Amino acid sequence: MLLSQQKPLEEILSFLDGEKNIFILGCNGCAEASGTGGRPQVLEMKEALEKAGKKVTGFSVVDFLCQKALVQSRLRGKAKEVKAANSILAMTCGVGVQAVAAVSNKVTHPACNTLPLGGIRGEWQGSERCWECGDCVLDLTGGICPLTACSKFLLNGACGGTTKEGKCEVDPEMECGWRLIYEKLEKLGQLEKLRQIYEPKDHSKMMPPKGLRLSERWALEQGK
Amino acid sequence: MGLQESLASKKFVVTSEIGPPKGIHIQEMLADADLLRGRVEAINVTDLQSSVMRLGSLAVCHLLQEKGLEPILQMTCRDRNRLALQADLLSASVLGIENVLALTGDYASLGDHPQSKPVFDLDSVSLLSVIKTLETGTDMVGNPLSGAPKFFAGAVVNPGGNPVEAQIFKMEKKIKAGASFFQTQAVYDVGAFEKFMKRVAPLKVPVLAGIILLKSAGMARFMNKNVAGVFVPEPLIQKMAKTEDRVKTSIEIAADLIKDLKGLCQGVHIMPIGWESKVPAVLDAVKL
Repeated sequence: MLLSQQKPLEEILSFLDGEKNIFILGCNGCAEASGTGGRPQVLEMKEALEKAGKKVTGFSVVDFLCQKALVQSRLRGKAKEVKAANSILAMTCGVGVQAVAAVSNKVTHPACNTLPLGGIRGEWQGSERCWECGDCVLDLTGGICPLTACSKFLLNGACGGTTKEGKCEVDPEMECGWRLIYEKLEKLGQLEKLRQIYEPKDHSKMMPPKGLRLSERWALEQGK
Repeated sequence: MGLQESLASKKFVVTSEIGPPKGIHIQEMLADADLLRGRVEAINVTDLQSSVMRLGSLAVCHLLQEKGLEPILQMTCRDRNRLALQADLLSASVLGIENVLALTGDYASLGDHPQSKPVFDLDSVSLLSVIKTLETGTDMVGNPLSGAPKFFAGAVVNPGGNPVEAQIFKMEKKIKAGASFFQTQAVYDVGAFEKFMKRVAPLKVPVLAGIILLKSAGMARFMNKNVAGVFVPEPLIQKMAKTEDRVKTSIEIAADLIKDLKGLCQGVHIMPIGWESKVPAVLDAVKL
């Protein structure tokens, strides 16, 4: 289980700046349980985007956006709507956004922040991992998380430790996360995003929110 | 002339570095530093190089300063969070240390305390921003400081990065964040470095090319295999393999490199890694 919280609409609209046509993906897994990416939220988002002058080319609510194969088959079924869109808005956790970005050639924007659960987790995620940092940066990094893909969790680009083979010098088995980000942004025509300087992370957002500890998380644990 | 003035005057600038010892016996290190007196503009003092716990950079910079040598304080983001880094910058300032080289730092598991918690609360870019912010008289969250410290901040770049374009994007970010000069990873392939310099020429920032003294053919092969972005061409390895006098050949190789690099960048940064005593001979050979 990963707990997510919708980003403020202004932030989402800033991601979509200059893009007219958007395809929305919702998730019937944790995002639905969190009330951030189920069908009702997707429909609300569609309305909000249309109000802001966007055209929603289509939407789909997939059972688990963290399942790449499932996402791929769903997107295939919606090929026309996806193709007509400039980008995909993924209303899901950080794992879901990365899975969508990994299987599609569209820019994938995160609509949510993934909140820390303090160790409660009922699954082991694949290559797309989420730090639950509470302040999702996937919009700027081609849908690949620099916190989990880079050994040093660097926010401002690769260190000097990328090997000839493109691996991380810390672990020769591991791809250099920033090389992957560079290549993805290049493919998406978004290398300009590498110019943005990230502010240091706000680590206070990485503690489980008090309110959630007292209410939602407890309710989730209790199966309510 | 200090480092900042020398770089501004466009002359060819030489810096070198010393590594603090693991322990408290500092005589040898200070003697090494003395050999560089009058031969280099400034001396980098490494910050727990290779992630090995040892005497700290700040104290050694202070000792050099007291001896009338100009230090460059290397600061990595590996071991200190944003409070400690800002505090150490203030400490450097009150000790009269202005040159700071902002680095991300090697990963903790590569050193002698692989059990430690790697910090990386800031990265090299955000550390440079913090340095700039402190100079305006506030800390990084905007609280006022009593007095504004003054620094001369530099950074590093790996011309052999993979892909090098990503390194250049980051280099631009570092300049935007406040880096006024760059020292590079070791250069052995002048042709490749020339291409790199052409690409970064529009950035108009002083670049000091890194020179690591080759100690043996084995060391060269080791670096080719294990040090990201370093490439020692085979002819140089052969020279080291065939020589009767490794020191002499090493000095010749370094001197030849410096001669070739002279027209390409604003200076060199010599990393002797234990061969500090050979640096004057290298500089003699190139009449610097």
